[in-house]
Amino acid sequence: MAEAEAQKATATATAHGGTNRRDFLASFPFVTTAWVAFTGALTGVGAASLRFLYPNVLYEPPQQFKVGLPTDFQIGEVSTGFKDRFGVWVVRNEEGFYALITVCTHLGCTPNWLATENKFKCPCHGSGFYTSGINFEGPAPRPLERAAITLADDGQISVDKSQKYLFEKGGWDDPNSFLPFSA
Amino acid sequence: MIELLKTFMNGLFQPSIALTLTIVAVAAMYRYRRIVTQNKLVASLVVASPVLFFAISAFDENFWIQFKRPDNIPIAGMMFLVVFFTWFALKLAVDNDDRIREGRPPKEAEPEEEEKVFVWPDLVYSELLCLLLVSILLVVWSILIPAPLEEPANPQLTPNPSKAPWYFLGLQEILVYFDPWLAGVVIPTFIIIGLMAIPYLDTNPKGNGYYTFEERKSEVFLFQFGFLVLWVFLVFEGTFLRGPNWNFYGPYEYWDAHKLVPLTNVQLSEFIWARWLGIGLPSFWLVREFFGIVLMLGYFVALPVWLASSFLRKYFEQMGMFRYVIFSHLLLWMILIPIKMYLRWTVNLKYFVAIPEFLFNI
Repeated sequence: MAEAEAQKATATATAHGGTNRRDFLASFPFVTTAWVAFTGALTGVGAASLRFLYPNVLYEPPQQFKVGLPTDFQIGEVSTGFKDRFGVWVVRNEEGFYALITVCTHLGCTPNWLATENKFKCPCHGSGFYTSGINFEGPAPRPLERAAITLADDGQISVDKSQKYLFEKGGWDDPNSFLPFSA
Repeated sequence: MIELLKTFMNGLFQPSIALTLTIVAVAAMYRYRRIVTQNKLVASLVVASPVLFFAISAFDENFWIQFKRPDNIPIAGMMFLVVFFTWFALKLAVDNDDRIREGRPPKEAEPEEEEKVFVWPDLVYSELLCLLLVSILLVVWSILIPAPLEEPANPQLTPNPSKAPWYFLGLQEILVYFDPWLAGVVIPTFIIIGLMAIPYLDTNPKGNGYYTFEERKSEVFLFQFGFLVLWVFLVFEGTFLRGPNWNFYGPYEYWDAHKLVPLTNVQLSEFIWARWLGIGLPSFWLVREFFGIVLMLGYFVALPVWLASSFLRKYFEQMGMFRYVIFSHLLLWMILIPIKMYLRWTVNLKYFVAIPEFLFNI
């Protein structure tokens, strides 16, 4: 019965002088089309995902800023007022000033300045740093980083976070990492 | 009297003592497994111990503050589940060990246990019931105890203490003792690879499909050491004993953010060059870290060779060279973690090898 129908269909196709629907469907490259569509969709999703990794709005505090006149700071004081806005502590010791970047060198949490214990202490894994920024407890493998600190033309202290000075690379000997006090 | 007891308990939960007690407790549970599973009084005490601990401790106001936190309540529940199911599996294992000694098959091989049931309706039906019950439990729980929400994220303000999700507290604890790339990348990778490697390293067919302890003592104990001591205990410790500034606090101690804990760490190189030889640190890193590097090479290269001819001889002969090397290294990495923790707690050792010149620390 089925054979007879197939014969009939072939006969019809031959009669029309072209391919019939069955041959046409069989010759159409479905698999190739499917793979092309799949690859295209995957590329689109991949591109969209990559685009998603880059934020539309980027919150970046200014890298270069002024923190006030040298006379505003007390000797031995760690100024925590710039932590929220700029992410630095400005420290005034006997000789002058330096700016420590508020990023723990272990895994990048923000340590707290504990005035009573005279140290920076990280709440994530307990790393501790002296006022100088040297690491002495917990897992932090290296000291806190210092930012460039200079005197601006208007007499204010200017801090530039884009320039970092690392103790273990000898950066703290650089004149820009420390600002001597001159009255 | 109560105060004295609380001080004593706080002392007991000092990390070095608490870790030792946990190891001893796990070992004792397997050593005295017959008493633990068959003596009704001891069995009830073991199973009820987490409930007793949390119920009695909840009367202490400092413990209550931490206990009632919405994210800590499941940890208390988890402690009960872990102890109960560990005990229950041990009981089934001891029963089977007795049967095997009498020459009978394990309970799971009895004909009435071998009866098979249909997926539909038997399994799917109980799965549906479980799904409904767990959904009801979760809905009621989330209504009664809302999940904690904190203020909007601020990159300049890290919460104090800042804790990982509970299942990562063990890893966060390891991060205190090891360099980030070791504790955050290498050790977690080894844990995953190690768990995947178990069926290839442990090819002992005994215990397949039935509970037993006597037929695979060291294997069971080794796994439980990694799970109960190095995972569950560290989760408990991270939840209830780690407070502000990531300091240790006893369970009945107030979490005073200004608690002063001297933790000045010393590198192995400083111990050797400065304290014992008294000549100060050499400036070149290879000379400075020479002893630490030798120690680590000895631990990871010489020790497996020596163990292969002594304590682990049986395993070396069973496994052959390739699998023994993998097994011994996974084992040594696992044991290095408590070794390092003890050294940090007792002598404030920071790193065996510390080369900040190119961020290589062990």
